[in-house]
Amino acid sequence: MTTATKRLTTSAMIASFADPGQRTASAPFGHALAALAERDDRIVGLTADLGKYTDMHVFAQAHPERFFQMGMAEQLLFGAAAGMAEVGLVPFASTYSVFAARRAYDFLCLDIAEPKLNVNIVGGLPGLTTGYGPSHQATEDVAIFRGMPNLTIVDPCDSVDIEQAVPQLAEAEGPTYLRLLRGKVPTVLDEYDYTFRLGKAAVLRGGTDVVFVSSGLMTMRALQAAEELAKHKVDVAVVHTPTIKPFDAETVLAEVDSDRLVVTLENHTVVGGLFETVASAVVSRGLGKRVVPIALPDEFLDAGALPTLHERYGLATDTVVAKVLAELDR
Amino acid sequence: MTTTRAEKVRDAAYRMRHHILDMGEVQGQGYVGQALGVADLLAVTYADQLRFRADDPHWPDRDRFLLSTGHYAIALYAALAEAGTVPVSELETYGSDGSRLPMSGMASYTPGMEISGGSLGHGLTVAVGMALGLRLKGRHQRVFNFLSDGELDEGSTWEAAMGAAHHQLGLLTAMVDMNALQADGPTKGVLGIEPAEEKWEAAGWFTQRVDGNDIDALLAAFDAAAERARPVGQPSVILCDTRIGRGVPLLETREKAHFMRIDEDEWQLCRDQLTEGHEGAR
Ligand SMILES: Cc1ncc(C[n+]2csc(CCOP(=O)(O)OP(=O)(O)O)c2C)c(N)n1
Ligand SMILES: [Mg+2]
Repeated sequence: MTTATKRLTTSAMIASFADPGQRTASAPFGHALAALAERDDRIVGLTADLGKYTDMHVFAQAHPERFFQMGMAEQLLFGAAAGMAEVGLVPFASTYSVFAARRAYDFLCLDIAEPKLNVNIVGGLPGLTTGYGPSHQATEDVAIFRGMPNLTIVDPCDSVDIEQAVPQLAEAEGPTYLRLLRGKVPTVLDEYDYTFRLGKAAVLRGGTDVVFVSSGLMTMRALQAAEELAKHKVDVAVVHTPTIKPFDAETVLAEVDSDRLVVTLENHTVVGGLFETVASAVVSRGLGKRVVPIALPDEFLDAGALPTLHERYGLATDTVVAKVLAELDR
Repeated sequence: MTTTRAEKVRDAAYRMRHHILDMGEVQGQGYVGQALGVADLLAVTYADQLRFRADDPHWPDRDRFLLSTGHYAIALYAALAEAGTVPVSELETYGSDGSRLPMSGMASYTPGMEISGGSLGHGLTVAVGMALGLRLKGRHQRVFNFLSDGELDEGSTWEAAMGAAHHQLGLLTAMVDMNALQADGPTKGVLGIEPAEEKWEAAGWFTQRVDGNDIDALLAAFDAAAERARPVGQPSVILCDTRIGRGVPLLETREKAHFMRIDEDEWQLCRDQLTEGHEGAR
């Protein structure tokens, strides 16, 4: 195979979902945590052989004496984080989302969430942010974690969200789960009149025809799709809900309760994530309102190149636009 | 001239290393260093030890080979291509859209893959169940499980190790790639696992440790394990110290990394070095 034809490949774990030429910030989580630790000496960082892959290495370099490499042992990682919190420290413990949610769940539940400890779970590769295949695609992490009492779940859109969230996660008393975006992370929300407030949703833009309710990187796609749809004379509002639990039903339902088309957008399976969170809020309030989900299918996903997979499973901007136009019969 | 077992294995390992470089070039990076390191070990397994039918990966009487270290699929695909289970022409789809050969193999669609890979520390637990199940059904197939030194960090590996000894799974053989490397760096800096032999012995296993790039030593160790293999007995483990990038001096001497960077113009050089080394050894 001397003539290497270039085809789209998985390019391992570290695929970026930033668009070509997009503004990005490098390792925003690692830098925010290192900065926070300057002012708060309770902060410690732990990882399970994934420091380099969760931007925890930035913290490790800045505060080597407060960084703990636990080896590839996720149960130990979170059990030990619980122990550290029990003695008054504020741990941030990182691994990939799949291994936090699937491998260590029992330890998170009983050792951390039940005692309401201030342990901050940092999960890399949330949802479909790697083409590596089902072992690394945490398509159901929110579904798993929403069932855990006391846990706050944050699904940031970009580097702005992450930088602003880190100190608030440390400040919040109980446990939190951050759906980490790592490496070169897009910078999007600084163009809006927006600051991250834990537990709060925010209306990023108004619109008269459609309401997008989105979280995580799908807020970036929602904003892009809204601009595209404007060219089709469709006016779209975007409500960003970076905190999935507890959910800011007030802000979201105020937007949903209208005669506009309501669409949820999430980087997660359609089971148990943002769509069902919004749907249950709508039903509980007694609103007879249809909600259209844009989410991953209830399947183990293919491996391959990330852009191909976002296209295939409907998370790409153009597939969002097409779906909305079809819903509106345009 | 008769070919010895060692020569047959050495030639298989050589061809597998070429397959590994070819697959690595498709991705431009990946687990090439690790795969070159274990080519000898997998060549011994597939060309000398394992009972299987290349054209029928589901043959019920086959020995089972479980790749616990899912990201080593590139090495297993090379062995499966050498064996004839995967067409050599398919290797160039490694890790690409729509391929049956993703970076970690999937039990549901990758030929020759017994378990779905990618999450480490699973293989030995499944191997214990297979060995128990096959014994219950009165069959005498062997079960081989491949794992990495990083997987010795996982509690599940040791749960399985103790379970295998407790249930006297004498037809179970584990091989561990002791390449002294993990994702965040050298194994000894991530989580010390030495003395590894004593740990396996204490868990109740017949334990051998060999140079994993010495084919004669590997054959002797696998033979010793085979000799002891019986339905009720001590499970066997072979700890193999391997050299990352083995067979390609350019990569053997490069800084060790979980994802070894290889530039576009270096692949042909790698292949040339591999070929020269093999011919020089004849
Ligand atoms: C349960 C689990 N935790 C973490 C990872 C992420 N990960 C992939 S490879 C790896 C290093 C493990 O060590 P080893 O297999 O010895 O690595 P290598 O020799 O290939 O560098 C890690 C932590 C994983 N795949 N599975
Ligand atoms: Mg290793």
